[in-house]
Amino acid sequence: MSDTPAIELRKINKRFGSVHANKDIDLVVGKGSIHGIIGENGAGKSTLMSILYGFYQADDGDILVNGNKVIIPDSKAAIGLGIGMVHQHFMLVDNFSVLENVVLGAEDSQMLSGGLARARTELKRLEEEYELRVDPDALIQDLPVGLQQRVEILKALYRSAEVLILDEPTGVLTPAEADHLFKILEVLKNEGKTVLLITHKLREIMAATDTVSVMRRGEMVATRETKNTSMEELAELMVGRSVLLRVDKKPAEAKAPVMEVENLTVTDSRGVQVVKDVSFNVRAGEIVGIAGVSGNGQSELLETLSGIRRATKGTLKINGETIDLGTSTLDAADMRAKNMGHVPEDRHRMGLINSFAEYENSILGYHRDPAYSKGWLMDLAAIRKNAVAEIEKYDIRPPSPMLKTANFSGGNQQKIVLAREIERDPEVLLVGQPTRGVDIGAIEFIHRRIVELRDEGKGILLVSVELDEIRALSDRVLVMFDGRIVGERGANAEEGELGLLMAGVEDNNKNAAEGGAR
Amino acid sequence: MFESIILILDSTVRVSTPLLLACLAGLYSERSGVVDIGLEGKMLGAAFGAGAVAYLTANAWLGLLAGIAVSIGLGLLHGFASITNRGNQIVSGVAINFLAAGLTALLGQTWFRQGGRTPSLPEGGRFREIVWPFAEQLRDVPVIGPLYSELLSGHNLLVYCAFLAVPLTWWVLFRSRFGLRLRAVGENPAAVDTAGISVTWLRYRAVIACGALCGFAGSYLSIAAGSGFGVNMTAGQGFMALAALIFAKWRPVNAMFACLLFGFLDASGTRMQGVEFPVIGELPLQVFQALPYVLTVILLAGFIGKAIPPKAAGVPYLKERS
Repeated sequence: MSDTPAIELRKINKRFGSVHANKDIDLVVGKGSIHGIIGENGAGKSTLMSILYGFYQADDGDILVNGNKVIIPDSKAAIGLGIGMVHQHFMLVDNFSVLENVVLGAEDSQMLSGGLARARTELKRLEEEYELRVDPDALIQDLPVGLQQRVEILKALYRSAEVLILDEPTGVLTPAEADHLFKILEVLKNEGKTVLLITHKLREIMAATDTVSVMRRGEMVATRETKNTSMEELAELMVGRSVLLRVDKKPAEAKAPVMEVENLTVTDSRGVQVVKDVSFNVRAGEIVGIAGVSGNGQSELLETLSGIRRATKGTLKINGETIDLGTSTLDAADMRAKNMGHVPEDRHRMGLINSFAEYENSILGYHRDPAYSKGWLMDLAAIRKNAVAEIEKYDIRPPSPMLKTANFSGGNQQKIVLAREIERDPEVLLVGQPTRGVDIGAIEFIHRRIVELRDEGKGILLVSVELDEIRALSDRVLVMFDGRIVGERGANAEEGELGLLMAGVEDNNKNAAEGGAR
Repeated sequence: MFESIILILDSTVRVSTPLLLACLAGLYSERSGVVDIGLEGKMLGAAFGAGAVAYLTANAWLGLLAGIAVSIGLGLLHGFASITNRGNQIVSGVAINFLAAGLTALLGQTWFRQGGRTPSLPEGGRFREIVWPFAEQLRDVPVIGPLYSELLSGHNLLVYCAFLAVPLTWWVLFRSRFGLRLRAVGENPAAVDTAGISVTWLRYRAVIACGALCGFAGSYLSIAAGSGFGVNMTAGQGFMALAALIFAKWRPVNAMFACLLFGFLDASGTRMQGVEFPVIGELPLQVFQALPYVLTVILLAGFIGKAIPPKAAGVPYLKERS
């Protein structure tokens, strides 16, 4: 490590309208180090990096690269200064080959052939130097995301980047791919490159970085040597108060079943059975977690129970009423009318209309409720009053019901959905991926709220691909694999044991477990 | 029989030329992500500009330049609305069509007082047929003779330009730096932006290329195939070119074949008038005129492969606020 820092930011400020996204940010990034920047969603990390990469201009403040004051008016200038960026959403052209993507913007001459040939040899060299193997002729759309990310890194290296910014690089990766990425970053560091790693995941910071800076609400609140800090300290710095990394709850007091599913089978549009003869129940006052690797039928199960998808056969008993799901024509509105709330897995696709104002989304699906209408017109005053109440109760920020939902952060969007479903006082709540893309402070809040609902004596069915979440919240865990429930465990199930079940390893003590939990 | 096939093919080439020029024009624009429903309007504007200037100067070349200038001007208008101001590209295109239809007729009537038409072109105001060497001598040689002297020889310059534009466009698109960036910006403008290339300037260049080719297409109608501008003389050929572009899946060589096919249907339709077919009897002309559209609809419905437009087509580029 040499003495001149690779990057130094002094008093950077950036405002978007009334939002002060970056306030007097100072940052020093040492040469040849992996420097993490951690903060909740909306803390201003991405804005700061976009300023460094020339995507936005700072309102004031100085940027120094290798000790020299520079102005970065656009990405071209950033590239010229040896700064490369791997964006959260990859900046790749899907139907181009790897080679074409690498060359784009750095073609050398008007004719393509020369640039492509040069890139091919250069890629080979980079491949060997950094162990970044990718077939240069493969189309991006055919590559798994882990490899697509590798192409992004190669793009930066091809432009001889000395500083590499990675914005939430592991969001789309499997744990194994993420580990591989960290190995690559280590190699880059050993070759003398500087890496800036932006993330909101504490575990990654601890695993991969040398130094970590914490941002909170647009401010840089601390910088620590990674080896001298802890997850707890960082979490506290991020949120501004101490955070429980686990959920505090008392044992469940489960009562009679409120929802019973029997022999449910679901076939998808391709004619493939995605849910196979599934039976289980959810009792009042307990949280039943469905664990499983994404794509093993959990989504379809949730969609069928909430009335979005049709089953081929099976029955559902809810509130004492028996519904034949094979023949029922009940839709999502009918299911809601049966006192079943639904927090869908994908809030953008199914939970919210992003271009609607917050108050409009706060009654979506319940808009026929007489409480919100005057005859066939909407009762705007009642709707807004309700929205304001929910905003206050769920600490939704910013507290403006008229704001477009798209302008809320992921955590606050999720709170809007959760508030809408929980405040209708359902007997059964179906919850899918409640904390996907949600920052740590909001996760804590959402988990607490779900447990509170349980303690009020409601039944909750939780589907999540985050094993930590399943283990933290569930009183009973059902594991789904290939459309079937392959095992059931109690509240204190071992992570390794669940992991094996999720991977489809045969459950040896199935009967014992079932006997124990019922 | 052979002779009538040659005649049909010959008129296929003539009918296809403006379609092909407009189709390639649309290809540049749409490949860059700017949907251009205003091909029709640009062609019409160019036809008028070319007709008027060629009449006043008695110079076909100045006419062509004027046609190109008018068309590029309309293209820049489309660019200003849809690239700079991120407006809806369809609305802007439709507006250009209306603007061109109304303005050409109005100006034509004001300036020349012939019901919106421009006067018949003087000598030198038209692109004349180019007769290839030995065309006359070879005329009577069987097979090769008619092919050479009827089909290949004897078209005006713009016809040859149109067909030369096909390999040129292919080369630009797939072998040049500009082409790589053009294709990229139509698929993922953010990737282009982060690579340090200006999305705006790139799309403007595409729109200008589109304007230039539409200028050729319009000029062809008024000062090469015809002798002067007539009100609404494009008669939907801009839309036909758009259909051909979809039919060709946004590829230049396919575009040529699509335009030739559409041209062939049109040419044979005219010839088949009054001809009795076995079983079905006489077919009305409209059947042939409708066929290109029917084929395009069948294509879009997924019966002839899949037509996937450039991913970012129609979407104005806006840097996301993080």
